[in-house]
Amino acid sequence: MSESERFDWPTRIHQVLGRCGVRQVAYVPDTGHKRLIELCSEDRGMRAIPLTTEEEGIGLLAGAWLGGERGTLLMQSSGVGNCVNAIASITQACRFPLFLLITMRGESGESNPWQVPMGRATAPVLETLGVALTTVDHPHEVEAAVASMAARSFEGGAAAGVLLSQRLIGTKVFRE
Amino acid sequence: MSGSRSNRLDRRAAVTELVRDRGALLVVSGLGGTTWDLASAGDHDLNFYLWGGMGSAVPMGLGLALAQPRRRVLVVTGDGEMLMGLGALATVAVQAPANLAIAVIDNERYGETGDQLTHTAQGSDLAAIARAAGIPDAVTLVDGAGLEAFRDKLHAAQGPIVAVVKVGQDNAGMVLPPRDGVHLRQRFRRCLLGDEAG
Repeated sequence: MSESERFDWPTRIHQVLGRCGVRQVAYVPDTGHKRLIELCSEDRGMRAIPLTTEEEGIGLLAGAWLGGERGTLLMQSSGVGNCVNAIASITQACRFPLFLLITMRGESGESNPWQVPMGRATAPVLETLGVALTTVDHPHEVEAAVASMAARSFEGGAAAGVLLSQRLIGTKVFRE
Repeated sequence: MSGSRSNRLDRRAAVTELVRDRGALLVVSGLGGTTWDLASAGDHDLNFYLWGGMGSAVPMGLGLALAQPRRRVLVVTGDGEMLMGLGALATVAVQAPANLAIAVIDNERYGETGDQLTHTAQGSDLAAIARAAGIPDAVTLVDGAGLEAFRDKLHAAQGPIVAVVKVGQDNAGMVLPPRDGVHLRQRFRRCLLGDEAG
């Protein structure tokens, strides 16, 4: 059994989200989020909300907060680029809490060169926008990292995110 | 292409009609013209005015409607703002919140930036796009009777519902609501949630 299987980190994330009272789980699918999306979709206490682009998630979660519900946005690192203005002009201008769970592409081991530039830009872009970040490389670190950043967001009223690295989730294989 | 402009509705009168006797209605406005229109109809703690984040009015209304299923939610936005986030109509269709109404105040212009033509002046039909996105109850309104009917429907109908309200191109001028986003957020939450707002 691999370390990933032993720690079953998607289930740990789902449990943390449940404990935090997260109700709206917005997402643009990514392979790394596949299991978590399934868990949230099956959870009657949560509403899984597929988006056409990640940017919708920023406005959606601000609206959820206005209405008294907590939410999170699951996406791949490429999606961060689609959210920039909304994070600046809505989340930060109004100081809405924001909680992002981001699976990384474009790190070491990435075999699609088109993924590399945005992967490299992901953390700097979010930091420039004032989003607090932590990176997770190992399955046993996931639960604590997600819980701490969720608290920073929902209790601290901040924009915060967890970067789930390719070391954690594995790299995509391109093969004919 | 867009037909006679002589009988277009007045945007201020149209938005005033939409929020008439609003009761417990929650309202989100898109940045620019529709924020001025909503402010002109009377400031309210349960108005959330966007001053930025173009394209986000409908997603914000959706998140709010899902969080508050027992309250009615109205998004009032412009054609330019709606065009920037068309995918959100498909996202709304999938969630199908019964309590969400979207009114697009369509002057076929980017009124804040020099009245450049939007795509709706040149053939794009937002009501047809909304229907094709999966929201069957999406109509174009060109007169007061249609508007009045939509106003009644947004308090009663099984949503989501969309109305594209064709209005004239007169620039109605700015009516400025509070522009501090933190204040707007907090006063909305306090009014809606009371002590739970924190």
